[in-house]
Amino acid sequence: MLINIYHSKIIKHGLTFLLLLLITSCGDLSSSAQTNNTANYSKNYPASNGGMLIDAMTGEPSGLIAMIAGESAASAIAGNIFNSLLKYDKNLDLIGELAQSWEISTDQKTITFHLKPQLKWADNQPLTSEDVLFTWQKVTDEKTRTPYGSDFKLVVKAEAPDANTFRVTYAVPYAPALDTWAGLHILPKHLLKDQDINTTAFARNPIGSHYYKLERWKNGQYLKLTRNPNATQGQAKIDGLLSRIIPDKASQFLELSADNIDSMGLNPIQYARIFPARPDLNKNIALYKELGNSYTYMGFNLKRKPFDDIRVRQAINYAIDKQEIIDGVLLGLGEPVASPYKPGTRWSNPELKPYPYDPKKAKALLKEAGYEDHDGDGILDKDGKPFSFEILTNQNKEREMTGVLIQRRLKEIGINANIRVLEWASFLGRFIKPKEFDVVVLGWSLSLDPDQYSIWHSSQQAPGQFNFISYNNPQADKLLEAGRIELNPEKRMKIYHEFSKILLNDSPVVYLSAGYGLSAIHKRVRGISNPAPPAGVGHNTYEWYIPKIYARTEINEQ
Amino acid sequence: MINIRRYPLAIIGFIIIASILLLALIAPLIAPYDPNAINVKAILLSPNNSHFMGTDGLGRDVFSRMLYGSRISLMVGFVAVGIATVIGIILGAIAGFYRGWIDTLIMRLVDVMLSIPTFFLILAVIAFLTPSIWNIMIVIGLTSWMGVTRLVRAEFLSLRHREFVLAAQALGAKDMRLIFTHLLPNSLTPIIVSSILGIASAVLVESGLSFLGLGVQAPQASWGNILTDGKEYIQFAWWLSLFPGLAILITVLGYNLLGDGLRDAYNPRSSKN
Amino acid sequence: MLAYLLKRFLWMIPLLIGISLISFFIMHLAPGDITTSEASFNPKASEESRQKLRALYNLDKPVIVQYSLWVKRMATLDFGTSFASHQRPVFWQTKDKDGNITLGMIQEALPITLLINVLSLILIIIVALPLGVISALKQNQLADRSITLFVFIGFAIPGFWLALMLMYWTGVQHTWLPISGLESMGHENMSWLNQTCDTLKHLLLPVSISGLTGLAGISLFVRNGMLDVLHQDYITTARSKGLNETRVIYGHALRNALLPLITIFGLSIPGLIGGSVIAESIFAIPGMGKLFYDAVLMRDFPVIMGILTIGALLTMIGNLIADVAYAWADPRVRRGVIK
Repeated sequence: MLINIYHSKIIKHGLTFLLLLLITSCGDLSSSAQTNNTANYSKNYPASNGGMLIDAMTGEPSGLIAMIAGESAASAIAGNIFNSLLKYDKNLDLIGELAQSWEISTDQKTITFHLKPQLKWADNQPLTSEDVLFTWQKVTDEKTRTPYGSDFKLVVKAEAPDANTFRVTYAVPYAPALDTWAGLHILPKHLLKDQDINTTAFARNPIGSHYYKLERWKNGQYLKLTRNPNATQGQAKIDGLLSRIIPDKASQFLELSADNIDSMGLNPIQYARIFPARPDLNKNIALYKELGNSYTYMGFNLKRKPFDDIRVRQAINYAIDKQEIIDGVLLGLGEPVASPYKPGTRWSNPELKPYPYDPKKAKALLKEAGYEDHDGDGILDKDGKPFSFEILTNQNKEREMTGVLIQRRLKEIGINANIRVLEWASFLGRFIKPKEFDVVVLGWSLSLDPDQYSIWHSSQQAPGQFNFISYNNPQADKLLEAGRIELNPEKRMKIYHEFSKILLNDSPVVYLSAGYGLSAIHKRVRGISNPAPPAGVGHNTYEWYIPKIYARTEINEQ
Repeated sequence: MINIRRYPLAIIGFIIIASILLLALIAPLIAPYDPNAINVKAILLSPNNSHFMGTDGLGRDVFSRMLYGSRISLMVGFVAVGIATVIGIILGAIAGFYRGWIDTLIMRLVDVMLSIPTFFLILAVIAFLTPSIWNIMIVIGLTSWMGVTRLVRAEFLSLRHREFVLAAQALGAKDMRLIFTHLLPNSLTPIIVSSILGIASAVLVESGLSFLGLGVQAPQASWGNILTDGKEYIQFAWWLSLFPGLAILITVLGYNLLGDGLRDAYNPRSSKN
Repeated sequence: MLAYLLKRFLWMIPLLIGISLISFFIMHLAPGDITTSEASFNPKASEESRQKLRALYNLDKPVIVQYSLWVKRMATLDFGTSFASHQRPVFWQTKDKDGNITLGMIQEALPITLLINVLSLILIIIVALPLGVISALKQNQLADRSITLFVFIGFAIPGFWLALMLMYWTGVQHTWLPISGLESMGHENMSWLNQTCDTLKHLLLPVSISGLTGLAGISLFVRNGMLDVLHQDYITTARSKGLNETRVIYGHALRNALLPLITIFGLSIPGLIGGSVIAESIFAIPGMGKLFYDAVLMRDFPVIMGILTIGALLTMIGNLIADVAYAWADPRVRRGVIK
């Protein structure tokens, strides 16, 4: 008996000790990063400076020089630190960022940019056309390990005649040129000129010219940006941005629910099912949706039989019910697409319609191509071989689900499709690069410039290049080439409308859907455009503000 | 010989395992739906009369998926442990029977394998070989044989000089005969115990791999990937994570209780009391 | 003792050879060679890093040469720089010509993982010791069975599931504890005491969950060890001498039952260094597990090889210490009576 009491005492004391240590003595901190949960967010407050916006990302950037790092996490953060010459405004028209104005020569080969006066880096050094020239030199340097060099290598001459002028000359007119300059972050020459850009410590300790500068980068935990007093585009209202690295999406959602982060991207189920069912979340968090910048497609390996037969591709296109995918996978939060351009923009051909769901037509086309169910097993066959293939996709819940829906529809017309889901690195390395696949379900982003030479041109089929489905149509090639040198927007539009039409008819890919980008942002953040303009919710983050009354209380003891 | 009433936990474990095995065997007979049948109109239904464990994000019946998933999860456990046990018996028998340099070599190999975190090895190998149910079973098997090897070796070392072995040897029994008819049958109990415990670990490892996206791949259902699918909706669609979570918990518990009970039952120290 | 130490030290050589072989084997497991499966979509960048990789691992040379070069790099602890994260050094910090110090990836991740695992080991001991002893004393009674059931449930529950439920309960429903990460906002402005508190609060859930998983092993070990000892003659003698039961149990039995625990700790070192991939992902903790997992997904071979080797090395050193401690604690081993 005595022993028993002794033991229970050990346990009790041990536990009490731990709890005491952690809860009681740290009790004063327990509400440290919290605001009053019952705050009323319906009141309006005028715009003011201050506050900190906290968001979460699943992966850590490898560095903050976007041209080297390449991943989206890096671009997202670097986009707040570095400027480009140009940018897209909220209606997706190009306007100047570092450039005040620009001219295109009459032969359309030369572009002259005039920088805004008195630009400064965050370290007070002047930002001049020398920096722009330096950046161009770096991005085109053979030693620079960047995937973005090819566009800039088309520039045959780049010069900085004076501190505020930067001039580039192309061998032939290059229509996407302005778009490429809107995507190139200008780097400071004075800090990088003696550095190896691939390995420089600058990538982890950058100096830029945009709204924010990096204050602290805690590996694996967070990156904290604070306002840059020298910002070239004026001052942002929110004092700081904190990007926490939280690899698991489920944990991120818990953090959002607990008001520890202010914003995160949502999936359709969270947006359409969870939020409506949770009034407590809706009280503090506002939802936003915008047409996303990518579409999902099913691409055929055109080098493999029977996908080299246009009838087979069209038949499969007719056999897939796209609306079902939008309703089932995206819970209706998506749009059908019929061209690789964002619906509603000028490049998207309004006359084109997706292949309707028509299993009868699909069967007829397959019969024409020689596929019939000769042996009565429910699976079509030709020359004694059943029509069976593998749908390959990467680990992405929505793509997996899409694959499952497609599988069922194909089964109904007698095609046996198996699904294989792979983790990204082996997916690329083992199957895409060596072209070892039948059919893939993947996504492409919808670029703002219509030039998609690298995806569809027949010259872009080498292992590791983007035309891995091996699309090859001389007519399409010609249009793609023409579109690159045509600077007149009207004519250019016609070219790409024609190109989209050919592409749709050839059906090298089945367009499945373009999903909405869904995000949740805490109601303490104000100044957000809703509904989102074409450029998306995030087009004016520098105008967002957090009224003082809603700001998280920060601890400052020292 | 053994008074089973003294091991109620082992009995509970046995009943759990038997019923889950039974359910897995008759899954096609009792599953109310096709486990992969999608119903876009029945997404994320909470448990009700027609779907008594609810439906998932594609409107698939969770109960049917759980039943079919049990087959996959248990198969991973059995095959992986089968591989590990075979390797372990062979290496342990060689080491314990012949001793000498080969024993040293095998035991050093065991030490090397034990000094690398097993889960890391599994992760690296599966990622490089691309995840599939066969790769998962093989890799778990190939990285968990060390315990069995040590056990078998120790048993062999202690049995090697027992009279019945020496007698058989004096009568001219060949090595193989000695190993298979005399030594191995007498070391079977600890091997069985460790296999039972091994199955439990393999089921857990599979669920962990699923969490990391390297487990059994969709659309095939395993408890691990049903649970992983449900984790993002843990506050809302609780049924998506509760049922697979409980299934894993109960199964692993069952194997552990049975294994531990058996170990106790055959261990002399318990009977002395 | 010195002879024992020396012998034990020499044993490490074959182990090192084995580890070098296994890590070498894993590197060559990727089909083709390791340069074919790179996680980037870019023809130019990948061609360049392919060449770099080839040069770094001497892939064009015969296998024997490759292996000996790998051993050489292992011996000098030179694991190069990471491919995936802007050339960060894999193991230890480097200084560039301007004096900028870049910390090594393992250098940063290891202390975090060690801290978590040492804390959970302490927690396990605090809880498992009394549970094991009670279990043994109340063998086959209700208390014993409840404890067994409890520790097995702890082992059997899928950790990430429990973690998410606890995070929801303690972090969302109540705001008792932070949900993920290692620090609260404003951590760098706190006083030293509050910083410690803050970190401990962040670690409470991860540590408890990994502790719960490990409870079963240790408490059953203590229980069975106690049972073995309690039936031995010297305990019976002690009892028959009329010694107080408490003294018998704590003075004699427990001490002897605990001795083999040292070996168990030796065996748990790989876990201590390796950390848990799953817990670190869920709780957003940048430890060794997360580092390794990311490296695997990115095919960041220098990091994979570095972690496998450094991890195994530290394990061996840990095992050596455990063995020496055991020898020191148990004179029979020291004198070579038993192995």
